[in-house]
Amino acid sequence: MTDRGSLPGATREAEPSAGRYTAEEMMTVTASRALRDGQVCFVGIGLPSTAANLARRLHAPNLVLIYESGTLDTRPAELPLSIGDGVLADAALSVVSIPEIFNYWLQPGRIDVGFLYGAQLDRFANINTTVIGEYTEPDVRLPGSGGAPEIAASCREVMVVMRHRLRAFVERVDFVTSFGHGSGPTDRRLLGLHGAGPVRVITDLGVLEPDPETSELVLTTLHPGTTVERVRAETGWGLEVAADVARTPAPSTRELETLRGLRTVGSERRYPDPLYGHGSPHLA
Amino acid sequence: MAKIVSLSQAVSELVRDGDTVACEGFTHLIPFAAAHEIIRQRRRELTLVRMSPDLIYDQMIGAGCAAKLVFSWGSNPGVGSLHRLRDALATGWPAPLEIEEHSHAGMANRYVAGASGLPFAVLRGYAGTDLPEHTSTISTVTCPFTGEELAAVAALNPDVTIVHAQRADRTGNVQLWGITGVQKEAVLAARRALVTVEEIVDELTAVPGAVVLPHWVLAAVAVAPGGAAPSYAHGYYDRDNAAYRAWDGISCDRHTFTRWLRDLEAAS
Repeated sequence: MTDRGSLPGATREAEPSAGRYTAEEMMTVTASRALRDGQVCFVGIGLPSTAANLARRLHAPNLVLIYESGTLDTRPAELPLSIGDGVLADAALSVVSIPEIFNYWLQPGRIDVGFLYGAQLDRFANINTTVIGEYTEPDVRLPGSGGAPEIAASCREVMVVMRHRLRAFVERVDFVTSFGHGSGPTDRRLLGLHGAGPVRVITDLGVLEPDPETSELVLTTLHPGTTVERVRAETGWGLEVAADVARTPAPSTRELETLRGLRTVGSERRYPDPLYGHGSPHLA
Repeated sequence: MAKIVSLSQAVSELVRDGDTVACEGFTHLIPFAAAHEIIRQRRRELTLVRMSPDLIYDQMIGAGCAAKLVFSWGSNPGVGSLHRLRDALATGWPAPLEIEEHSHAGMANRYVAGASGLPFAVLRGYAGTDLPEHTSTISTVTCPFTGEELAAVAALNPDVTIVHAQRADRTGNVQLWGITGVQKEAVLAARRALVTVEEIVDELTAVPGAVVLPHWVLAAVAVAPGGAAPSYAHGYYDRDNAAYRAWDGISCDRHTFTRWLRDLEAAS
């Protein structure tokens, strides 16, 4: 049985709240709290990169960040705009080739946590970043796979970060770009996938976790100011709710100030729009 | 020995209509100058291969160079959509575009197989996903030792691979460093390889983590200072993030794109 509400942020003593913050900031802070010090994290651009760099400046100074451009253990002073920015190479312990990053580092299970983003996600946390509609004549053409299918397959665990909207949280994804739990708890093992798959879906409304018996996503934590009804209304399947649903502590002053202090390279913006992150719903 | 020639001569001699062309460079060292020369020389019916099409292939697709795209991630990094790619897929403008879609790991391994002289590569990938159903170059293979079923991807052997590097010596040995992506594999997988460089130097002094491409695996080296812009050349110039953002506006409709294309063709 999963320890419901086991998010680090959900169990610790809440620090003083910082007052006003956006739903996106709550989502980023929640993702950051979910990373533990010393973990090795495969990072995508956008919100995952922001959350990981925030965690490194707060509770996880020894978090190891790996970007798919081949930068191992990079500690950028500013957030990169693209996955292969020079700032990532300059601040890296080592820079390796693309075949090496996928074959030697990701594939054998050397990465603890992979962050993914989806345009669509279903009740078993399967993820679509390829097309909305039919593959050959799509309604919307999305960017495609990138590193996501193998991140979903091979990281020890996967966290999905995406805005909670009815059009995105669907009964069945139109296209399985990255395999979550298929249609139940035995599917990953039958496919020979070594990683645990998605263990947590962090949204701007709360946190969903797979039920240990069925692998179906269950609402386990609600962010401040939202309700179970609102989350259910934005979910395209009959969402189960944990009996002891937890409340996410609001962002602390320190979390918010650190987050708002992050700068993107060559940009006036605070940090990148998470919509443009890995598996962005934007069209190809 | 690689011939050191002008970029226009290199493209003219090495890139032919109907070729499979890979212009690689993972965010860094993207060979824009060479792509622009291909656009100016009006090559047609190319199969364009690249992990992330980026602006470079959005421009070539919009210019009508491509019949097919082989790729794994199609977006304007950090910005959003590739509008010319989307338009070509949705409406066939300016030419119909076929796609062959992979994951990054699949594409990287296809180059590795190509560079290794093997017909295919093996990886743990694609399991449970819908891509194998739509992409004929993805299959499975059974391990002869353990019986485990693994993904197999067909080797990529481009007619021409084009990459950009920081520098070459006068013999045509090439050195690149920083994020070196899949360039070594893409060059060694190709039948012909063209490298554009920031500069030619008398001697290639050692740089930590550098990739060196010996002159005898390259067909031509051409000097193209600034040839990776608006991407970047580590140690030479930074990524022009403003240009990546501006491309969104230029590419979002055919009229503004066509004006951009006319300006490109007029410049040489």
